[in-house]
Amino acid sequence: MSKYLVLIFQDEVATKEAAGETVSADYQAFMQRRGRSLLGGAALEPAETATSIRRDGSGGFSVTDGPFAESKETLGGYFMIEAADLDEALEIAKEVPAGVGVEVRPVRVAS
Amino acid sequence: MPAASSEVAAAVAEAHRREWAFVLAATVRIAGDIDTAEEAVQDAYASALSTWGTRGIPENPGAWLTVTARRRAVDMHRRAATAQRALPKLLDPEVQSLDDPGRETEDITDDRLRLIFTCCHPALAPDAQVALTLRLLCGLSTADVARAFLLPEATMAARITRAKKKIGAAHIPYRVPAAPELRERVDGVLSVVYLVYTTGHTAPSGGDLMRRDLAERGHELARMLHVLLPGDRDVTGLLALVLLTDARRGARLDEHRELVLMENQDRSKWDRPAIDEGVALLGEVLKLGPPGRFALMAAIAAVHDESKSWSDTDWQEILGLYDLLMETWSTPVVKLNRAIALGFAVGYAEGLAELDALGAEPRLARYPYLPAARADFLTRLGRFDEARVAFEEALILSDNDTERSYLRSRLCELME
Repeated sequence: MSKYLVLIFQDEVATKEAAGETVSADYQAFMQRRGRSLLGGAALEPAETATSIRRDGSGGFSVTDGPFAESKETLGGYFMIEAADLDEALEIAKEVPAGVGVEVRPVRVAS
Repeated sequence: MPAASSEVAAAVAEAHRREWAFVLAATVRIAGDIDTAEEAVQDAYASALSTWGTRGIPENPGAWLTVTARRRAVDMHRRAATAQRALPKLLDPEVQSLDDPGRETEDITDDRLRLIFTCCHPALAPDAQVALTLRLLCGLSTADVARAFLLPEATMAARITRAKKKIGAAHIPYRVPAAPELRERVDGVLSVVYLVYTTGHTAPSGGDLMRRDLAERGHELARMLHVLLPGDRDVTGLLALVLLTDARRGARLDEHRELVLMENQDRSKWDRPAIDEGVALLGEVLKLGPPGRFALMAAIAAVHDESKSWSDTDWQEILGLYDLLMETWSTPVVKLNRAIALGFAVGYAEGLAELDALGAEPRLARYPYLPAARADFLTRLGRFDEARVAFEEALILSDNDTERSYLRSRLCELME
């Protein structure tokens, strides 16, 4: 089995509207259905609450307000899942009721 | 019995062309990863050169190469495992029975299918899918794949390495997809094979009209898929399309290697057996259900191939087929071809009007066949000044020397 991180992307506007809401029924249904493959996950506060830290290249940091990459779609939450291979991971990820879509990234295994 | 070195070299070259995919596919599962498998297969071909010279060419070169490559893969695994002080967990239990390749012919058929579905996995970038297919299923070197797509070898090598790395890191499975997904996945595979073929049929650029090697690879891949998935109507449709298009190959250039349009081709030079086979396959497809895009394109090619002459061509039939094609696959290029068919079926002015409307299509903005088709209809309509401008536009956009030479001669005729 391999681990994958499923990053959930949302429209900023939609995220704001949904803020304050608890886990929606769609997500609850998904989590129930795929419970055995889910290792963890969380919804995130809107991207405007994010703080980014960049190395300035000379040993220091620059701390700025906002997400690391500016885009219309922002990271709204994630699941850590376990699947036999990418096909199974994609199958699970397609069921995530994410507004815009998801990114599936294999978790690196030390070799 | 020892064999002459020229004989051995020829046998190895032949085995490379015919058996590469077969041997590699059968080795990947044992090797656990594509890089190891490739290295083991390359070693097997190298050792064939020396071993066949002293012990004679084996009766079944593919089986010999498979056994040798698999043994080599197991050796490589053992060495790596010893180095890492870890057990070779990836190994298949069947490694024990390596000496009996005949036993698992079925498996090996499946192996090639697995390999092509892995290479054409939608999680890989489209150009990487094509590169991997040429590299792993056709056995082309990275340099050859790079040349085929007019890219520096380093760029292509990086692309192939990245794709292989993703196959490993993301665990893209070495497996034929399950039924619910199979349909769309087959379509992706066929698109790759069709792209390989069309890139060879009319080279996007360069001195020759065709990249014969690529056209042949595409042809072989289409045939391989048909052997592996004989009952699939889209696979059968693609093979029919390739056969019916390829049948005209011998008539596309004259003795001065100048382009001859279908209108003026010597139809006795068309490959009758290929046409017959294509038409028979098309018949099979139509029995399997409503035709997909490849079968429809094959049907259009078949109407041309079976017409006695250009003036005998049933343009109404072709137009009807394009209309059906538009329902399933309405791409700008299909629209362009439909407009041309309309010109011959209804009238040049009507065809021209459709072509003019396509001028707003951004995806055709750099496509030389749009101004070339406009130029042709304008010439037929006697609007020579506008035709000249259109030919000049096509000349600017075309990168293929043979096509440019043809366009230039049409332009010269209009200057007289």
